[in-house]
Amino acid sequence: MPQTQAAIRPAALKTKLAMDRVSMVFERDGKRTEVLNNISLDVGDGEFVCLLGPSGCGKSTLLNAMAGFLAPTGGAITVDGEVVRKPDPRRIFVFQERGVFPWLTVEGNIGFGLAKLSKGEREQRIAHYVKMVGLQGFEKAYPEELSGGMKQRVEVARALAVNPDMLLLDEPFGALDSITRLTMRGELLRIWEAERKTIIFVTHDIDEAVQLADRVVVLSARPATIQQTVNIDIAHPRDMSSPRYLELRDGIFKQIGLAHRI
Amino acid sequence: MSSQVQPAKWERLFWPVLGTGVLLVLWYYSVRWSGTKVFPSPRDVERGLAELLRHQVLWGDIVDSLRRVAIGYGLAALIGVPLGLTLGWYPAANQVVNPTIQILRPISPIAWIPVAIIFFGVGDKAAIFLIFLGAFFPVVVAGINGVRNVPSVYRRAGRNFGLTPPQLLGRVLFPAALPQILVGLRIALGIAWLVVVAAEMIAVDSGLGFLVIDSRNSGKRYDLVVAAILLIGVIGLILDVAFRRLEKLRSVRWGFRAES
Repeated sequence: MPQTQAAIRPAALKTKLAMDRVSMVFERDGKRTEVLNNISLDVGDGEFVCLLGPSGCGKSTLLNAMAGFLAPTGGAITVDGEVVRKPDPRRIFVFQERGVFPWLTVEGNIGFGLAKLSKGEREQRIAHYVKMVGLQGFEKAYPEELSGGMKQRVEVARALAVNPDMLLLDEPFGALDSITRLTMRGELLRIWEAERKTIIFVTHDIDEAVQLADRVVVLSARPATIQQTVNIDIAHPRDMSSPRYLELRDGIFKQIGLAHRI
Repeated sequence: MSSQVQPAKWERLFWPVLGTGVLLVLWYYSVRWSGTKVFPSPRDVERGLAELLRHQVLWGDIVDSLRRVAIGYGLAALIGVPLGLTLGWYPAANQVVNPTIQILRPISPIAWIPVAIIFFGVGDKAAIFLIFLGAFFPVVVAGINGVRNVPSVYRRAGRNFGLTPPQLLGRVLFPAALPQILVGLRIALGIAWLVVVAAEMIAVDSGLGFLVIDSRNSGKRYDLVVAAILLIGVIGLILDVAFRRLEKLRSVRWGFRAES
């Protein structure tokens, strides 16, 4: 089998994000809930990693910790060797489409993080990303006038516009219908190939993970540990009916079954 | 459901006119058949209104009432909105003042009339103070709740883009809370209009409230009393309709989807 670009990448890239024995324990009303247990993972610069696990396994918590919204109770997360202590525009968190600001237009949303730029630069940047996510003609529209998929594009464009090193996506296409979801995956890959950001993508959808990622990190049930890491050594665009695709997918499916006794 | 169907244009005009007409007829015959000498008929009120207009005292009274509301309500909004935002933003500060707010809030501003007169004497300032009191609490509470109800995704997104706390307040929390603040401001405007009439009956000698009480005291002119009352209602309605137009502004319309 020919070695693909994706397969050799993780080893060749310098480390962007490193998690060293990260754990997270929540205490509420005297009850201790262990959410993350001893998670160590390195993500390379420009790599596309999917965190895969069922709802409630703690994968969103992990992503929030990477973003700096939550401090891990044990271990450390570093980005470029720097310990993550608070949110930073260099790593932008993308929520489901409900993260778009309803009081701003498409333009206003995309330009939200660009207040420091001059007016001309800002407008140029907005126009560039409006085009990239295919929302020309909707610049002055408000989110309530847009479909779910379009709102999600606005959010991705808002994140990209500040030129971050990393995108942290939390089930970004979870609320979309299945056809829109497929289109959005294609668009995300296209954007990733154009901009080469490090992407960490949380999903509970095995197909989504195998279609998108260089590496799929399978998380166990709570408290989440890394069950398995799978390199997806298929070049893009991926043929979803190829034997290798199916083999990888079924392997992950089996792992999930083992981890969660389904 | 029938409420989903847009009524035809003539219907939207026809039913309210019919309803008002029926009420006027009922009023007219109630006065006639009961043989009351005190309560005026619609015709008397109409003549009373014409008389008020002729003597040109009416405009002065309307302007005085509106001016008091503008000042008292304006101050309440100017102080109440930033205070509400701040208290919503700092839960610790809210814990300190919340009990006080909750005790003062249910007190009718009318109960403060004697206090207002001690502080400000009989005059404009006392009336404005009462209007301020009535409008202030709903505005503050709307601000607090508005900020509290801002979904955490908006806060997190704002922080993620590197906003400082004051920027977060101005660029995320305020616009996100604005629909709820507008609801509070609208309720407060209604209360201000209620309070001005009551305050003018006691604390001053001009305005629509004074017109009501003065018409009664100087010669039991109940035709003028009812004319003034109706006028108060109509102006209150105009204020509310005008305020509602604000809810149609595009940057806040998302918060009023259910009502449109």
